[in-house]
Amino acid sequence: MTDRPPAAPPPLSLVGVAKSFGMVNALQGVSLELRAGEIHALCGENGAGKSTLVKTIAGVHRPDEGRIEVDGAPTEFASPADAQRAGVAVIYQEPTLFPDLSVAENIFMGRQPLSRGRRIDRTAMYAATDRLFARLGVRIAPERPARGLSIADQQLVEIAKAMSFDARVLIMDEPTAALSGTEVERLFSVARSLRDQGAAVLFISHRFDEVFALCDRITVMRDGRYISTDPVAELTVDTVVRRMVGREVNTLFPKQDTERGEVLLEVDGLTRAGVFSDVGFDVRAGEIVALAGLVGAGRSEVVRAVFGIDRYDFGTVRVAGAALPQGRPAAAMAAGIALVPEDRRQQGLVMEMSIERNATLTRRSALSRFGLLSRRSEEKAAEVWADRLQLKAGHLTDAVSTLSGGNQQKVVLAKWLATRPRVLIVDEPTRGIDVGTKAEVHRLLSHLAGEGLAVLMVSSELPEVLGMADRVLVMHEGRITAELPRGEATEESVMYAATGHKEVA
Amino acid sequence: MTGVSATQAPVAEHGGNGAVRTGRRIRQVRELGILLALVLLVAITTLTNPNFLSSQSVRDLLLGATLLTILAVGQSMVIITRNVDLSVGSTLGLSAFATGTLFVSLPALPIPVVALAGVLVGTVCGAVNGALVAAARVPALVVTLGTLYAFRGIGHWWAAGEQINAADMPDTFLGLGRVAVLNIPAPALIALAVVLTAGWYLGSYRSGRELYAVGSDPQAARLVGIPVDRRVFFPFVVNGSLAGLAGVLYAARFGTLDATVGTGLELEVVAAAVVGGVAIFGGSGTVYGAALGAMLLTTIGAALPMLRVDPFWQQAVVGLLIIVAIGLDRLLVLRAARRLRGGESRGA
Repeated sequence: MTDRPPAAPPPLSLVGVAKSFGMVNALQGVSLELRAGEIHALCGENGAGKSTLVKTIAGVHRPDEGRIEVDGAPTEFASPADAQRAGVAVIYQEPTLFPDLSVAENIFMGRQPLSRGRRIDRTAMYAATDRLFARLGVRIAPERPARGLSIADQQLVEIAKAMSFDARVLIMDEPTAALSGTEVERLFSVARSLRDQGAAVLFISHRFDEVFALCDRITVMRDGRYISTDPVAELTVDTVVRRMVGREVNTLFPKQDTERGEVLLEVDGLTRAGVFSDVGFDVRAGEIVALAGLVGAGRSEVVRAVFGIDRYDFGTVRVAGAALPQGRPAAAMAAGIALVPEDRRQQGLVMEMSIERNATLTRRSALSRFGLLSRRSEEKAAEVWADRLQLKAGHLTDAVSTLSGGNQQKVVLAKWLATRPRVLIVDEPTRGIDVGTKAEVHRLLSHLAGEGLAVLMVSSELPEVLGMADRVLVMHEGRITAELPRGEATEESVMYAATGHKEVA
Repeated sequence: MTGVSATQAPVAEHGGNGAVRTGRRIRQVRELGILLALVLLVAITTLTNPNFLSSQSVRDLLLGATLLTILAVGQSMVIITRNVDLSVGSTLGLSAFATGTLFVSLPALPIPVVALAGVLVGTVCGAVNGALVAAARVPALVVTLGTLYAFRGIGHWWAAGEQINAADMPDTFLGLGRVAVLNIPAPALIALAVVLTAGWYLGSYRSGRELYAVGSDPQAARLVGIPVDRRVFFPFVVNGSLAGLAGVLYAARFGTLDATVGTGLELEVVAAAVVGGVAIFGGSGTVYGAALGAMLLTTIGAALPMLRVDPFWQQAVVGLLIIVAIGLDRLLVLRAARRLRGGESRGA
């Protein structure tokens, strides 16, 4: 592709768009031009602002500054309905389906084909749904409710929905994360045929092979800022990665070399019907083991079962050689396991409570006298940890909700580290944390491993997995499909195992 | 479509054929279940006491179920959007008293005009609820708990201890229950019309289906461009109007009106909807089910005395029924979910 100027104004462009949520600047001065007949890739780390950008285009967020132009004319999208009327269709990262309604209704909600008297024509709707699925090469019964669909099938419904719009602008926010190889190929041929019909397509993906195979131009974002846009032919994976990260990868993940000690956590044959099966691994003192895989592979479910939140059908969990009874988090804590959950707002913190109260939640009985908690001892205990973790907070009595994502994560860590665990399980430790603080969390985890903790880290971010872990366990659809020592773990080998492909020797 | 033909890789079968039937069956099983319970109850009671199916007693039963059915239909529409209206009892009371007062103060007004005014009182109450929930974004439970007392308070202030008697109202109005087509009393026909209209609307119209979408996942509803606030507001207005209609029918049926009319009715209405398979968290259920639920609760009320069951037990039976109904729903959902997933292990 050369720099031939487009004859008509682009169907959709962003000009200097800025958007912030509270103190966090999600987007700053982002400009982007989606041209007709072109597939445009958007690359950036998690937290780079891609999803905010998508939601701005979709009419969910209104930009604080800058504007959206449709066919060169400034336009305001006050609601998703406005964006839809302008011909924008969006496939969101997380499927947004109505579980109670049929697949066909999910696709055509608000746009159902009508017969006389403005009544919904169900026969026509089911037929249209079948045609959409035929184009995608899958068969999902249009009449069945969306509840119970696998993540991949949900994503296919989302794709069919977007296709049904005959959109002029199609936004795909990581649509392939849960799809199989054939399904991805189908999706791509649909995207290409839409492009050939003159639609503008924006494609977001972490998989570079897909980006380079499908797209015409690539825009890179970092920390909410626009970095660059270039034709694919002028880019390599390395240049894109460097622009996304903005620094050398190895400085980002300061994993120290540590002494391996005894096996602290042993999991054997762990099975829960329909969720995960025959999961076995061990973690040694001083070691960081990463549990990698795609969203929905069952990683969080495994660590929840290990910690005793969820039950399992078969298998054993041992801590330092002693078997752990299942289904009892209190026993797991007593044995020295700590679990930092994936969703800190929902499961890790009591958002309205003060920092010190949150940090000492796990030690209520140790800090109380005659069953009463003394504020002074809470304060003292919290101060120690705030200091050690370099917590950036005004007062320890402020509500946790006032902290940034990274500092909230530190409070969760403090809460669990205060129990003096031997095994630390962290689920997505840096999700939604800005890049600077990420490095701090990484340094902390590495330091903890250095002190002899066994660390089990669930992470969806490949750079984090590759940079931090001594060993990488990869899960696919509830099974561990690969165990890779640090030296053998590469983006390709992990991705292959995570998508269930046999590794190419 | 260039390049997209069906000749490529084999078409993947997703979900399986059984899924379709399962999806439909759950809904039908749910309503058939209540119908079956109703038939059983009637059969057993009739065996014990043949008078139960006499035409007079059937008429009484239908008349008795009328109010609850109409209210359950409106309530279901609200619950489907993941809201609830606890103020229906007070709304009904207010509308009934307004109807009676109009007859007293303006005896020259034609009956349909008075009836319409009674309905409109309910519409206004519903609009107040809807506006508070949709615009002010206050949870419906809190708003309607507040208006439950507020509307009742207005009723007390208005009635000021007065009572309106049958003698104050025209005989044609009071005789509404005795008008019958094919031995079905007119109020029951009105209720039937309400059920069919609402069911038809919810099933066949875009905006009707959007009520289910809003209740199923409000966030997703916003994303697909559904005007969520309007879709939340509208059922409250309909529900208020139906409570108004029920108030008018109450006035016609009982003739004696004071400020306490309809007290405590709201929970019975919610119970009817829930027993009828309207999920309390929104998104599923039909008004047909809710109407059957109302019929069942009314029939229980009528049958237990005939079966010589101590009236003390009546409420306990209703309570048990609610718990059984909800337990059954949960069981069906779980079983269906397992079948829809096809028993295949897929980490999700």
